[in-house]
Amino acid sequence: MTDTIKSLSSLLTEGKTSSVELCQDYLARIERLNPALNAFVTVDAEKTLLDAAAADALRAAGNAGPLTGVPIAHKDIFCAEGWLTTCGSKMLSNFVSPYDAHVIEQFKAAGMPCLGKTNMDEFAMGSSNETSYYGPVRNPWDPSRVPGGSSGGSAAAVAGRLAPAATGTDTGGSIRQPAALTGITGLKPTYGVVSRYGMIAFASSLDQAGPMATTAEDCGLLLNVMAGFDPRDSTSLERGKEDYTRDLNLPLAGLKIGLPREFFGAGLSGDTARAVEEAITQLKKLGAQTVEVGLPNSNLSVAAYYVLAPAEASSNLSRFDGVRYGYRTPEYKDLTEMYEKTRAEGFGSEVKRRIMIGAYVLSHGYYDAYYLQAQKLRRLIAQDFVEAFKQCDVILGPTAPTTAFKLGEKTADPVEMYLSDIYTIAVNLAGLPGMSLPCGFDAQGLPIGLQLIGDYFAEARMLNVAHQYQMASDWHTRAPTL
Amino acid sequence: MQWETVIGLEVHSQLSTKTKIFSGTSTAFGAEPNSQACQVDLALPGVLPVLNKGAVERAIKFGLAIGAKLNRTNIFDRKNYFYPDLPKGYQISQFTLPIVEAGELTVQVGEGEKAVAKTVRITRAHLEEDAGKSLHEDFHGMTGIDLNRAGTPLLEIVSEPDMRSAKEAVAYAKALHTLVTWIGICDGNMQEGSFRVDANVSVRPLGQTEYGTRREIKNLNSFKFLEQAINYEVRWQIEQIEDGHRVVQATVLFDPDTGETRMMRSKEDAHDYRYFPDPDLLPVQLEEDWIEQVRATLPELPQQKQARYQADLGLSAYDAAVLTSSKWTADYFEAMLASTGESQAKACANWVTGGLAAYLNQTSNSPDQCPVTPGQAAGVVRRVADGTINGKIAKEIFDALWKGEGTDADQIIESKGLKQVSDSGAIEAIIDEVLAANAKSVEEFRAGKEKAFNALVGQVMKASKGKANPAQVNELLKKKLGAG
Repeated sequence: MTDTIKSLSSLLTEGKTSSVELCQDYLARIERLNPALNAFVTVDAEKTLLDAAAADALRAAGNAGPLTGVPIAHKDIFCAEGWLTTCGSKMLSNFVSPYDAHVIEQFKAAGMPCLGKTNMDEFAMGSSNETSYYGPVRNPWDPSRVPGGSSGGSAAAVAGRLAPAATGTDTGGSIRQPAALTGITGLKPTYGVVSRYGMIAFASSLDQAGPMATTAEDCGLLLNVMAGFDPRDSTSLERGKEDYTRDLNLPLAGLKIGLPREFFGAGLSGDTARAVEEAITQLKKLGAQTVEVGLPNSNLSVAAYYVLAPAEASSNLSRFDGVRYGYRTPEYKDLTEMYEKTRAEGFGSEVKRRIMIGAYVLSHGYYDAYYLQAQKLRRLIAQDFVEAFKQCDVILGPTAPTTAFKLGEKTADPVEMYLSDIYTIAVNLAGLPGMSLPCGFDAQGLPIGLQLIGDYFAEARMLNVAHQYQMASDWHTRAPTL
Repeated sequence: MQWETVIGLEVHSQLSTKTKIFSGTSTAFGAEPNSQACQVDLALPGVLPVLNKGAVERAIKFGLAIGAKLNRTNIFDRKNYFYPDLPKGYQISQFTLPIVEAGELTVQVGEGEKAVAKTVRITRAHLEEDAGKSLHEDFHGMTGIDLNRAGTPLLEIVSEPDMRSAKEAVAYAKALHTLVTWIGICDGNMQEGSFRVDANVSVRPLGQTEYGTRREIKNLNSFKFLEQAINYEVRWQIEQIEDGHRVVQATVLFDPDTGETRMMRSKEDAHDYRYFPDPDLLPVQLEEDWIEQVRATLPELPQQKQARYQADLGLSAYDAAVLTSSKWTADYFEAMLASTGESQAKACANWVTGGLAAYLNQTSNSPDQCPVTPGQAAGVVRRVADGTINGKIAKEIFDALWKGEGTDADQIIESKGLKQVSDSGAIEAIIDEVLAANAKSVEEFRAGKEKAFNALVGQVMKASKGKANPAQVNELLKKKLGAG
């Protein structure tokens, strides 16, 4: 039985349960399963139950919103007042945030208790959740396998039903790829729809927060809470509030689905290709048509991304210097040594690798050859999508080339790891919305993810397609046995 | 060998916004350390900058005032380097596309009627945030960090290497200081660091077209230090070259105690700042409407006033320059003029550039503490003009007003009985007395000593307690002595 936030909201509305009871149930499940999964960095039952009691009081007073009392877990990248906020790093292993991120404020205002802070790749740099200072997260479908990353803790928590929903962030696929590898539904909105204020920056021009849940409908409900203009983020878009669930029940007749030929070539595993094909067949039955589209520059997206994202990261992570907060090396002779040792000891190797790459591509004499070239590629990649959307309403393909891989399988070869995001990265470079939803299982019983890519601000349309598919399939209702 | 000095200046002008350039924290000077540093200024994880439009408006105002090109799209870049008082590990500045480019400022170099006009080209002016302060003195073996100043808006104004002497550099820096305070974008307080100058100095053999190797003198916070530092640096560079050494590109500091410059870092130690566009901030778009709104707030500029004073009021270039040396001075002069009428422009100018300036200098009072109002000063000028008093008595009245001995010129003239004596009979009576008492001078005059005449005039004026009409005294005395 899958408890969606939609169903939990009904139970609360009907008075069949209270937020305190719900939270107690989830906390008990976390206590039982988290030691094996390592999905949470911080759990604080006392805080959660205070939130829950407040939500129940709000409901008793007749002031409940649609999701008041429904608990949610937050990726440890969001600053939350009074909570340890580590970003998966030793560097912030002692950082208790004095303020709330915009996303956290929004969920607080909606009356949704925080179940805890979820594990993640260090500073969101990784595709397997193996770079976390707090250790790897295990995939609930097979504990010897990774849950994907960087929002691996959030994905595992939702997949293992340790939380009905969670927040994630997606810089190159960090919501969609772990959603695919754990069999849940996750959405990355159009860049600028959700404020980045209080979300610890990895690559500012690519980072975007989004919901992770078991259904598309839940993702729509959560996006309603998260989205909205925030004057504290200059890249936040000034648009009117919209209801992202408004189109969920539209029929798919006449829908044009673009299939990029570049997404169905070599490198895609047989099971994944088969499951995606079956999903297409299903959508056609629902009235959709398909059209082949080209994204000719998408093969360059991983290369462009691994110039641009590290460049921004190298600068964004400069503030972690041991001066004002966070980790500081215990012994040092002078300022230079304090910086060097603090950063050498406080950051893990993947973070250091990306800082080095970023500093290199921005340095004098290399900037034009790398950074500027990558920016040009970025524009070409975005232009490909503009052309493609002249022919179709949504684009469809696999989320990840393979299903969940074994812990340690790709840690020795960073490039192989980077290729896990080959289908998701172009979406971030273009700033488009994208989502992943379950579309089957491979021969080993591991979930397979289907990716939908929408045009700018077409989240509602994308959710409509996903919801109609989920109404006609049951992949999303399947949960691992724990 | 004849040497030529080449100087370019970079001026950091603190913009007079109430809050910081990327956060809502106050910019007021002198608060308790770190009491004006919010989570954005502290660079906590996850915070983001939001541009203060007031800072952009001030930059636009400056660009318009120097006839510069305003980049309709300009962008903020990150300048990356580590320092404890730089919380983010990068400074947000403008590198490739600054807000202001290609303006100029014409300044008067030299004193009095010998002053010459010099036009200095301004390469660019860009917006950036200031860093905090590192305090090394008060903590044993440790450094204190005060982030109150972090994020204060600065306009960095970069000139072309157009100046050829310390005097020209100082004249340009002063004119720039006048301009930024005049248009109200900077309070100009140099003690508090609101206006700081870096000087790029090099020397070359006279006639050589390529520039010599420059050294940059950092953070000069007074015009006196600017002049001293450049003069020292020029001598030092010439000596180096004449002794057979090369000047190595470097950044140097000026020590006011020794009057010398000393090396801070050489070019080899220079940072690679890894500039790139700040992805947290959108490009700044300057809409025409916005520029026009700002233009409408620009006051008449010093140079425009100078031209008008010369053309319409017949003042000299020197007077016009001195009168426009600050907004306060020009306002004072124009308030006097409004009361006396334009026919008294020269007399008003004389008071402002002469007596008033001298008084202010002597007492080292700041202009806002000036005890004589323009209306009071104009009252004195009017009474000279209508012959009620002469110039000597006028000084006495100004003096009395300065000391607070009276409310206005007429009241002081009345109470001290200073009205000019223009009655020929009365003056003749005084002359007769003086001639009788100074037979020796009379004799000398008759023997051909012209000076003796002036001595006699002086005696008559003295006997009249300064009140006699000087022109009449001259005329009547000449007549009496039979010289007329």
